[in-house]
Amino acid sequence: MIGTERLRDALRDTPHWEWVDAATGEPEAIGRSFAAAGRRTSRAPLPGVPGWTVDEAARALLLTALPTALQNAHQTLQTAHPPARVAAEVAAELAVAVAAEVGDLYRYGDADEKRAVLKALPLLPVGPDALPLVHDAIRTNDARLVAAALGPYARHLDQAAWRQAVLKCVFMGVPLAVVDGLDERADAELAAMLAAFAAERAAAGRPMPDDAAALLHRLTSEET
Amino acid sequence: MRIFDPHIHMTSRTTDDYARMAAAGVLAVVEPAFWLGQPRTNPGSFTDYFDSLVGWEPYRAAQFGIAHHATIALNPKEANDPRCRPVLDLLPRYLDKDRVVAVGEIGFDSMTPDEDDAFERQLALAVEHELPALVHTPHRDKVRGTRRSLEIVAASGSAPGRVVLDHLNEVTVDLVAGSGCWMGFSIYPETKMSPPRMVEILRRHGPERVLVNSAADWGVSDPLLTLETGRAMLAAGFTDDDVDRVLWRNPVGFYGQSGRLDLTGAPSAEPTFAGSSIKRGGS
Repeated sequence: MIGTERLRDALRDTPHWEWVDAATGEPEAIGRSFAAAGRRTSRAPLPGVPGWTVDEAARALLLTALPTALQNAHQTLQTAHPPARVAAEVAAELAVAVAAEVGDLYRYGDADEKRAVLKALPLLPVGPDALPLVHDAIRTNDARLVAAALGPYARHLDQAAWRQAVLKCVFMGVPLAVVDGLDERADAELAAMLAAFAAERAAAGRPMPDDAAALLHRLTSEET
Repeated sequence: MRIFDPHIHMTSRTTDDYARMAAAGVLAVVEPAFWLGQPRTNPGSFTDYFDSLVGWEPYRAAQFGIAHHATIALNPKEANDPRCRPVLDLLPRYLDKDRVVAVGEIGFDSMTPDEDDAFERQLALAVEHELPALVHTPHRDKVRGTRRSLEIVAASGSAPGRVVLDHLNEVTVDLVAGSGCWMGFSIYPETKMSPPRMVEILRRHGPERVLVNSAADWGVSDPLLTLETGRAMLAAGFTDDDVDRVLWRNPVGFYGQSGRLDLTGAPSAEPTFAGSSIKRGGS
């Protein structure tokens, strides 16, 4: 998985670092900086980090600056609540607060912003609280959002929803390479769904995508 | 002929229209936020609509190689409904979006005090967000509505060159020509303007600060009347360069003032960078 440090290091080597550095220092202005990141930086691929563009990485860093900002606000509150509560309770509260802020940015984001939020989810201390965003993205007809929803954070999806999402990728022509941990998680039920899809395609005289056919082959040959 | 339709409501059009438009040379569109046939009753209806204008619709357009941008506003008709007015407080979020290139459509429908207020507040938002403004001129009492719109624009602090007054015709064009604002014309099958009448206006006024659009929506309208107007111009003796200026360079010039026009998806512009794996059109 691509980590925050790798994104930060790669961004440092671009001409856009100055803007990113300044914007991450003002987490209270994230509503505007998050929206403007595309035109303030660049939509070109981020050198050295396959699968990420400069603006996606910039937006991810803006999001990773949120927990500290929210934590500081929380700590001020907590001093009024002695005795000190257990760390787990505090972490859970922070996860809810971060997920709410991230959820708001997603809700009012354009397609590029939504995609950046989805890609950044594994880097944020939100636990499973941001799962509704993944469900929202999978419901869309935008192949870029469906693809971004199936990164490492999709481990929080239950198995039935995950299988449906994988099948939706096949249906939409999204390469299965976007699905994180595909082979580890693919099961007999997914194989049955893929086999049924292949039969339907065959009946219609339409081809099954190669990567889906290969996955079906791997799943069925493992069984025998 | 390369065509930039500076005003078209693609939400109301089918995917077949996108295919026909692309085949006709329409490479870029701007979709202004406006009313739908059915009045809305709450701000959530607007935000879902705005989401579509900055999310789904550009994605759909890109599948046909068409670059899609939007303008965002509370339209004049629904500005009169107290249930809809709170959307004014939600506009700033959308006015910061990458593909939002103006505030609009604002202006008058029935020239009520509520419309005045929404018009003025949204012109102020345009200044604050460094965006041009798209002003709809009313269908009824058009001359007075146009005159009052110009007064409000002049009082707003917006530079006239960053404002377009749309749906002009023979009786309102002269009012706007002297103001320094841009002049928009909507070419319709039956109402508003027709290609031959548009050619006459271009003969008299020249192509400067003129935008020609189809304003195609859910009513009787045709997304290819921009092309028809270009053909009518050529038939009347205008040059290819004149047509390119009116149908491409003028809208690029007007909306380009936002600094947010991204035509890299349009085939005529620079090719997209190599290695963009999932292109805007996807799959």
